Amino acid sequence: MEQHGRGGPTRRELIGTGATTASILAVPGMAQGAVAEEARVADPALVPVSLTVNGKRRQLSLDARTTLLDMAREHLTLTGSKKGCDHGQCGACTMLVNGRRINSCLSLAVMHDGDEITTIEGLGMPDRLHPMQAAFLHHDGYQCGYCTPGQIVSAVAMLEEVKAGTPSHVTDDLAHVSFSDAEVRERMSGNICRCAAYPNIVAAIRDVHGERAA
Amino acid sequence: MRAVTYERATTARGAAQAAAARPDARFIAGGTNLLDLAKLEVERPAHLVDVNRVPGLDRIERMADGGLRIGATVRNSDLAADARVRADYPVLARALLAGASAQLRNKATTAGNLLQRTRCPYFYDTSKPCNKRVPGSGCAAIGGFSRTLAVVGVSDQCIAQHPSDMAVAMRVLDAGVETVMPDGATRTIPIADFHTLPGRTPWVETVLRPHEFITSVVLPKPAGGRQAYLKVRDRASYAFALVSVASVIGPDGHRFAFGGLAHKPWRVEAAERLASPQAVADAVLAGARPTAQNRFKLALVNRTLDVAMRGEAA
Repeated sequence: MEQHGRGGPTRRELIGTGATTASILAVPGMAQGAVAEEARVADPALVPVSLTVNGKRRQLSLDARTTLLDMAREHLTLTGSKKGCDHGQCGACTMLVNGRRINSCLSLAVMHDGDEITTIEGLGMPDRLHPMQAAFLHHDGYQCGYCTPGQIVSAVAMLEEVKAGTPSHVTDDLAHVSFSDAEVRERMSGNICRCAAYPNIVAAIRDVHGERAA
Repeated sequence: MRAVTYERATTARGAAQAAAARPDARFIAGGTNLLDLAKLEVERPAHLVDVNRVPGLDRIERMADGGLRIGATVRNSDLAADARVRADYPVLARALLAGASAQLRNKATTAGNLLQRTRCPYFYDTSKPCNKRVPGSGCAAIGGFSRTLAVVGVSDQCIAQHPSDMAVAMRVLDAGVETVMPDGATRTIPIADFHTLPGRTPWVETVLRPHEFITSVVLPKPAGGRQAYLKVRDRASYAFALVSVASVIGPDGHRFAFGGLAHKPWRVEAAERLASPQAVADAVLAGARPTAQNRFKLALVNRTLDVAMRGEAA
């Protein structure tokens, strides 16, 4: 979903784009980089990429370094996916690629030509919440909310993984996968919540699983 | 991250050729380790060869000898969930599931996992000396924060540990790494020979030649026995191993490989004939040079082995 325009500059317009800022701040490094610098094309051509984001076909020309996360946030103004650590440790950037959850900060957009991407905006918006979004609201599965989009996208994919019989580290018998709170905690360990809303996150996921199973 | 040029390979040999054609080219598949390091400029690729679309590399096939051929770009999550791996190589499924997070396992690949770089904090910290990152600059880990780092096979230049869980299972299963060169030559490297010790060249981590491309990992026919992967770490999930033990108990003796101990998955075959956990641990750790901070790993090996040998492993 596109963000609706509002009057005046938004907070993120004032902050500026992360990718641009980073390239301006980049300075020549240590001697070890000398060979790489000679080999490097100073201003490489933009790379065309065509993909589907939340059901909408998108054609972009991107600096090859652009991650899926920066593509969504900076080029498509889909700012629901959050940049927490930018190193695949926190899970705030979790998106679905062809239905599977990944850290969008650790994947280049140009590697996803032809792929189908779903962000939190694609799961649901305030006027038509996804059941997982509604459950997080009902159970108060957050405090500051920064990790919440990633938690919700991750949780939706997690339930699909359980349904498909994908085992986890805490699955006793690799051949028989079932739902439990312990499974939820293990399977959601890639999504960190600094406010520690974990009990309510587990409750929200348990609720959605129960509704589906019923 | 420094600017890069980008291309997609369509064949395995083509990928090797593409890498050979450009200075400072790197293969990229999952990208979960390379991009992490490139953002910190620990890795500085000038050209990326995307191998995700090379046909066939994402397949797992049964071989004529009963073994399994695992394509280089098979995702860690798909490998762990594969019915043949779950049934016949459970130690591999368990090792994969013990590593990283679900999101990372959905991207990380078989070949990339073997090639992941150390998690030594000084390798990541570009303000500190590191012989692996900048040859000859020194080692800040020796005498620094070292509780997670290697205790055996270390050198005066480097005490980095190999972080992979999957590779430890591959080592206990006697896997082979299949590769292709730009000229089309192929070879199979036994996993025991694949990773190297730091010695005086800690920046060298495998025996791969320049531009040599991993096409698959092959497993011998199922070993049977009781298989387990025990991982001891600081958190219950989503943390690297302090010590891990991949074990195959019977039917033809015991096999043990260890993670968290060395610059490579650590296995001492001669120790596997010994009867008690203490005897095995002593033989496995012969010549160990722990730091004051990671000496606890020696006792942890013994205790983890004890659990593995008594069959209490999950």
